[in-house]
Amino acid sequence: MDNHNCRELLGTLSDYIDGALEAELCAQLEQHLASCENCRVVVDTLHKTVSLYQTTATKSSVPQGVRERLFSRLELEEFLKK
Amino acid sequence: MNETPSKPDVSLAALKAGDRAAFAELVQRHYELIYRLAIKMLGNPQDAEDVLQETFIKAFKHIKDFDGRSSLSTWLYRIATNEALMFLRRRTPQTFSLDETMQGEDREIEPLQITDWCCLPEQELMSEEAQQYLDHAIAKLPVGLRLVFVLRDIQGLSTRETGEVLDLTDTAVKTRLSRARMQLRNELSVYFQERMTKGEEA
Repeated sequence: MDNHNCRELLGTLSDYIDGALEAELCAQLEQHLASCENCRVVVDTLHKTVSLYQTTATKSSVPQGVRERLFSRLELEEFLKK
Repeated sequence: MNETPSKPDVSLAALKAGDRAAFAELVQRHYELIYRLAIKMLGNPQDAEDVLQETFIKAFKHIKDFDGRSSLSTWLYRIATNEALMFLRRRTPQTFSLDETMQGEDREIEPLQITDWCCLPEQELMSEEAQQYLDHAIAKLPVGLRLVFVLRDIQGLSTRETGEVLDLTDTAVKTRLSRARMQLRNELSVYFQERMTKGEEA
């Protein structure tokens, strides 16, 4: 990350992977990415980082008993349905 | 937010009238999301469960004051976020100050490790050990960055919704999200680079 351009574009990468970067900046970044291997790696691994967290989030479940104890604490046991 | 779109929100009038069945429905629809927010913020199942319970106790108590300007889920997230912050303050009172939520606002996080680990096999990326490292990396984020990352990327809230929960502008949400993601990328790069080196040695 020694290149001046790389530093300038660092703040745009997060919006870029969300597809939320405005057109002009997006074109500028893609032009840079075409010739900068390091930045391409950063974009790819940034994207992968976010997708790993998103994937594992959807897989995580609430431990057994948490729901029952919650309903019990709220005195809503009668509404506990399996 | 992450509610089933076909289901209308629980009736606010029924909730305000103290209808227990409506409240049970509200709990049923949101408890998993609130638990996930709490566990990702606190990293400890017992604390997360306490935050979950306190969130709905407070919601029950204050539903009369809810003005309906935000959605019910945004309102619940607000309560849960405040509860989680109180837990964090109690846990580390000597280091935690209100300013800490602002930490990370003014410095750019540079990519330290330039290794392309995307090519690692899925079983390596999704292993139990990798999962623990992912959680460990979240726990190392400054609280202000962690909150934004958890709400946006784990809970799937939009930039605007995240801003509503945390009283932040869209720009502030995006700046914090960018820094959180970059810091996590750095942490994961260190870990996965080691995995790649081990893979090559084997």
